[in-house]
Amino acid sequence: MFKYILKRLFISLLTILVLVTIVFILVRLMPGDPFSSDKLTPEIRLNLERYYGFDKPLIIQYITYIKNLLIGDFGYSMKYVNQSVNSIIADSFPYSFDLGMRGLSISISLGIVLGLIAALNRGKSLDYVSIIIAIIGTSVPDFIIGGLLQYFFGIKWGMFPVAQYKGLEYTVLPSIALGFYTLAMVSRLMRASMLEVVQQDYIKTAKSKGISKFRITYKHQIRNAIMPVVTVLGPTVASVLTGTFVIESIFAIPGMGKYYVQSVQNLDYTLILGMTVFYGAFLVIANMIVDILYGMIDPRIRIAGR
Amino acid sequence: MEKFTDLNYIDIKLFNTVGKNTTQMEAISRPNLTYWKDAWRRIKQNKAAFIGLIIIVIYVFFAVFGPMMNNYDYTAVNSSKMNQFVSSDHWFGTDELGRDLWTRVWRGARVSLTIGFLSTILNTIIGGLVGGISGYYGGTLDLFLMRFIDILYGIPYLIVSILVMVVLGPGMSSLIIAMVIVGWIGTARFVRGEVLRIKEQDFVAAAKVLGVSDMEIIIKHIIPNIMGLIITNLTMAVPRAIFNEAFLSYIGLGISPPECSWGILAKSGIKMLRIYPYQLFIPSFFICTTMLALNLLGDGMRDALDPRLRGTE
Repeated sequence: MFKYILKRLFISLLTILVLVTIVFILVRLMPGDPFSSDKLTPEIRLNLERYYGFDKPLIIQYITYIKNLLIGDFGYSMKYVNQSVNSIIADSFPYSFDLGMRGLSISISLGIVLGLIAALNRGKSLDYVSIIIAIIGTSVPDFIIGGLLQYFFGIKWGMFPVAQYKGLEYTVLPSIALGFYTLAMVSRLMRASMLEVVQQDYIKTAKSKGISKFRITYKHQIRNAIMPVVTVLGPTVASVLTGTFVIESIFAIPGMGKYYVQSVQNLDYTLILGMTVFYGAFLVIANMIVDILYGMIDPRIRIAGR
Repeated sequence: MEKFTDLNYIDIKLFNTVGKNTTQMEAISRPNLTYWKDAWRRIKQNKAAFIGLIIIVIYVFFAVFGPMMNNYDYTAVNSSKMNQFVSSDHWFGTDELGRDLWTRVWRGARVSLTIGFLSTILNTIIGGLVGGISGYYGGTLDLFLMRFIDILYGIPYLIVSILVMVVLGPGMSSLIIAMVIVGWIGTARFVRGEVLRIKEQDFVAAAKVLGVSDMEIIIKHIIPNIMGLIITNLTMAVPRAIFNEAFLSYIGLGISPPECSWGILAKSGIKMLRIYPYQLFIPSFFICTTMLALNLLGDGMRDALDPRLRGTE
């Protein structure tokens, strides 16, 4: 197990390094530069370039960036004057994280429950309700769900505020819009794996031993059926957190997505780099933790890794 | 009467020997079904998947011929006819610049569907080649390729395609390139796993012992065995590609106006949502039904093409 964790840690670190390098190169390949939109005299421009170190060779700039990164310094934004990338991230990330966690917890808990109910009532009306929810969830993109929720619950019926993020009632619509797709995926997966587990021999054994139905469901079926759901948690976390980009722009939430899209449009090199690296590293680490947890839960991996 | 009820009274002379019929003994009584014929039969039996297929065919038809069905151009601005509701003149109404939405929806369908299918097919070809070679030959090459892919796999998909889009500039071809750059990795992983599984099986060992060349083993034995899974995977990936196009266009990095796609239409629809909700509802309907149709078709394909999954779900 220890060896397995070490291996995952090593791969994750390499991934982050490759990510930094790719983004560093891509950012420099972008047409135009951060100062091209302002009208500057050549002297000021040269000074600015010297200030940000653009006059040095690319490889030196890269090494400096990596060095600063190691002490957690992302540098200063080129468009938001006097704001460090660290402070922008510190301001905006909590919104994205909060929204992401709400979306994730709604979708995973409700998804598992819905899949469970569907599988236990196979072929009955509750099953069809869950299938319909799953079909809608997987075929409607989140920005459309966001727009429709805004229209019906916000504008037509006035039940929830349409935009911004200032309290519990503000979080309801964006969290649902964000989590709906994942909810559908999880419930589908849970239903399928429950139905598979029911046919296994150990369930028959448990039944023949006279264990109560509730205990069989709780102790034997759910525990085994939940494994496939745990495997997809890593990619799920990634997709939910990237989904916040769109949801934030629809609901005017001041999270990272808004700054990210703006920094890309402004060619704000340091902000693009910092946000991508931060965000990418966050996702890579989240994925790694899920993988390690999975290894701990599943005895087959736990023993094989020793 | 009594004679026939008692078995002992049946006279042997009532019977005569037919003998062996050597000509019909070996005849196959039913038509021979190949794998693909069988799969097609199953798809036809699966109502949901067949409806999905029909919807896709209809949309492709309209994507090709829809914009020609009336006299409006998808870029033609008409300031006297802004934000008109559905009418006999404008079948889907007009947008905030007075452009005909029927033409724009089908023009957008053309762009979105092309991007969806083309990028997925390219992904499958590249990923399939890399994964196949890596899985079949194994050894150091495999080790390096897989470590490389492991590292790339962890990088968030959309972030890289956002940056690639900025570098390449907006447009349909750069959207396809951006999606292929990040998209082949998943296919390569999956194809490699399948090749590894197949190549250890006895029929491949038998072919090798008989002296069949590597090339022939790959073409005749391995590819036909994973083709079903690859096609299923492809069908499932098309809606994801359409969705990503819509996402990138939505944040302003995909298709640039006046060209339009479903993502662009949804984006401008959301802008006008408060006053003219039909401008969001109409393109949304087509995006959702396409995704739905492709998902249903994908499920049906999986059931039809992958014998291992038959009977589950």
